[in-house]
Amino acid sequence: MATSVVLEKVEKHYGKVPVIHGIDLRIDPGEFAVFVGPSGCGKSTLLRMIAGLEEITGGALLLDDERMNEVPAAKRGIAMVFQSYALYPHMSVYKNLAFGLETAGLKKAEIEPRVRRAAQILRIEPLLDRKPKALSGGQRQRVAIGRAIVREPKIFLFDEPLSNLDAELRVQMRVEITTLHRDLGNTMIYVTHDQVEAMTMADKIVVLNGGNIEQVGAPLELYNHPVNRFVAGFIGSPKMNFLEGSVAAREPGTTVLKVGGEEVRLPRDIRAAAGDPVTLGVRPEHLTPDPGAGVRLVEARVDLIEHLGGETVLHARAPDGQSLTLSLDGQQKVAAGDLIPVCIDPERCHVFGADGLAL
Amino acid sequence: MPAPAAAGAAGAERAGRFARFWSANGAGYMFLAPWLIGFMVLTAGPALISLYLSLTDFDLLRPPNWVGTANYERIFTADAKFMASMRVTLFFVIFSVPLKLAFALAVAVALNRGIRGLPLYRAIFYLPSLLGTSVAIAVLWRQLFARDGLVNSFLATFGIEGPSWISHPDYALWTLIILSVWQFGSPMIIFLAGLRQIPTDMYEAASLDGASKSRQFWKITLPLLTPVIFFNAVVQTIESFKAFTPAFIISGGTGGPVNSTLFYTLYLYQEAFGFLRMGYASALAWILVVIIAAFTALSFLSSRYWVHYDD
Repeated sequence: MATSVVLEKVEKHYGKVPVIHGIDLRIDPGEFAVFVGPSGCGKSTLLRMIAGLEEITGGALLLDDERMNEVPAAKRGIAMVFQSYALYPHMSVYKNLAFGLETAGLKKAEIEPRVRRAAQILRIEPLLDRKPKALSGGQRQRVAIGRAIVREPKIFLFDEPLSNLDAELRVQMRVEITTLHRDLGNTMIYVTHDQVEAMTMADKIVVLNGGNIEQVGAPLELYNHPVNRFVAGFIGSPKMNFLEGSVAAREPGTTVLKVGGEEVRLPRDIRAAAGDPVTLGVRPEHLTPDPGAGVRLVEARVDLIEHLGGETVLHARAPDGQSLTLSLDGQQKVAAGDLIPVCIDPERCHVFGADGLAL
Repeated sequence: MPAPAAAGAAGAERAGRFARFWSANGAGYMFLAPWLIGFMVLTAGPALISLYLSLTDFDLLRPPNWVGTANYERIFTADAKFMASMRVTLFFVIFSVPLKLAFALAVAVALNRGIRGLPLYRAIFYLPSLLGTSVAIAVLWRQLFARDGLVNSFLATFGIEGPSWISHPDYALWTLIILSVWQFGSPMIIFLAGLRQIPTDMYEAASLDGASKSRQFWKITLPLLTPVIFFNAVVQTIESFKAFTPAFIISGGTGGPVNSTLFYTLYLYQEAFGFLRMGYASALAWILVVIIAAFTALSFLSSRYWVHYDD
């Protein structure tokens, strides 16, 4: 039976310094929520407040509609996987998994099947007698997850669990954690600064910045409809291009922007008056050097080319000095120093006002 | 003349090899030289000489006479004071080391709770370790535990008439053990550093697992601190075997009452400088070296069963 998590005006102060500013959030039972944001945005602090490792200064935390602020960490029905794994180095894998159950006073006969089952789920049965120091990074991570599983918690919390792994293992563990969520069906909250992890794993992404929630939504909703420039820049890789410009004219159903000396006609109204400064946001994958595939924006000089095999990333510079990144399918025959036309699809452009909000 | 030519070539090759060696390592040896010379002249040299003297009847006044293993034979077969001093020393080591370590750990754990003014407390608690082995503190200790000392004055307020602790064979050694425990500052500082090395998330994981503070201490802190406990135990054991000043001052150099504070080093001192039996004292010193080495070796051997290294 999965559990709902509700944050009501949750605040956190360290002395007089506020770090979480009255956050409201609902995570539905069985949902995989990912807290994402840059370093210092408060995502780990928020997770630790839910875990009970940090005191909640203001507001309320409700698990299944029950207030949890004053309930000790161990009694919240929560298990957490730490970035460092936090495995007990002096205990075998079996002992690490069994520690919580032994602490809870369970008998050996009850502990063993639970440990064996968790080990089976995570394919770490052959490692049960080993000490953590004899395990690889990926195996340690599995043990850390196993330690969470054996406790049969209502909620799983993950605090940047993959950041110590190499790229290949990270992809593998990402799939495994997603599969685990599908199989167990528990509510899971996952903290990361890696937006790729957020996009690939989450049912719901919570983008945090400076102790505030910037936007909450499904991954593609955030990708397609970022509410502000911060979210637009944070979600998506390579990062969205931002070009400074202004509103040249407004007509019913059409807005004309002046960007980099060129006029761009957007087939929609925006909440801005003629002459207002705006920022045009275009994702690298929505830029093309093919004039037949969009409206010509500028002619840019290629500074750097990244050949990734399946795609080619071009770093270019517009005549007014603004930098542009293009992500093109396949292998492109472009050389550094080439002058290429940069074209956009006006349907896939984002416009942000001077305050950073989407218009 | 092929032979001298070959010798000359071999000599040139040797010189070349030395030049290469010196150009690669010379600077290192030059930096090492002050310590190396000091070690050779002040430590290794005298130690080797004492090994030789232990096989003689040297008395400072006449040249040493070779007596073979006679000193060692006498020590093990006909020296009641050797056994007495060994008993006293072992008793002192067995009680003072664990008590001191336990006390040091308790204070370190208390100080590790993020209290205000930690550096001040740390300095205050460390102070006895700086002063503890000095003559002045031993004299002070003598005053504290004398018949009309502060301890008995304090006990008198409860109507208890205390004995003269330092002149009673049953209690004299305990005053030295208490003095040793009081000098807990050095192991305490090391424990404190060790406690700070234990990652906080271990405790957080344990608290999520429902472990109480006391269970966290026994199951997390203590096992993770075993490398530091081991280090402190070895160092303190060696120090305790070598303890001298407090016993010398408190007993007035006699090791009394009734040999109850006759530390091994004190007995050695008496033999060397009281009776000028330098050869015999050298043999005693080498036996102490072997005993300390054996204890240390045993500690290292046992460590694989109880010391947990992370990597």
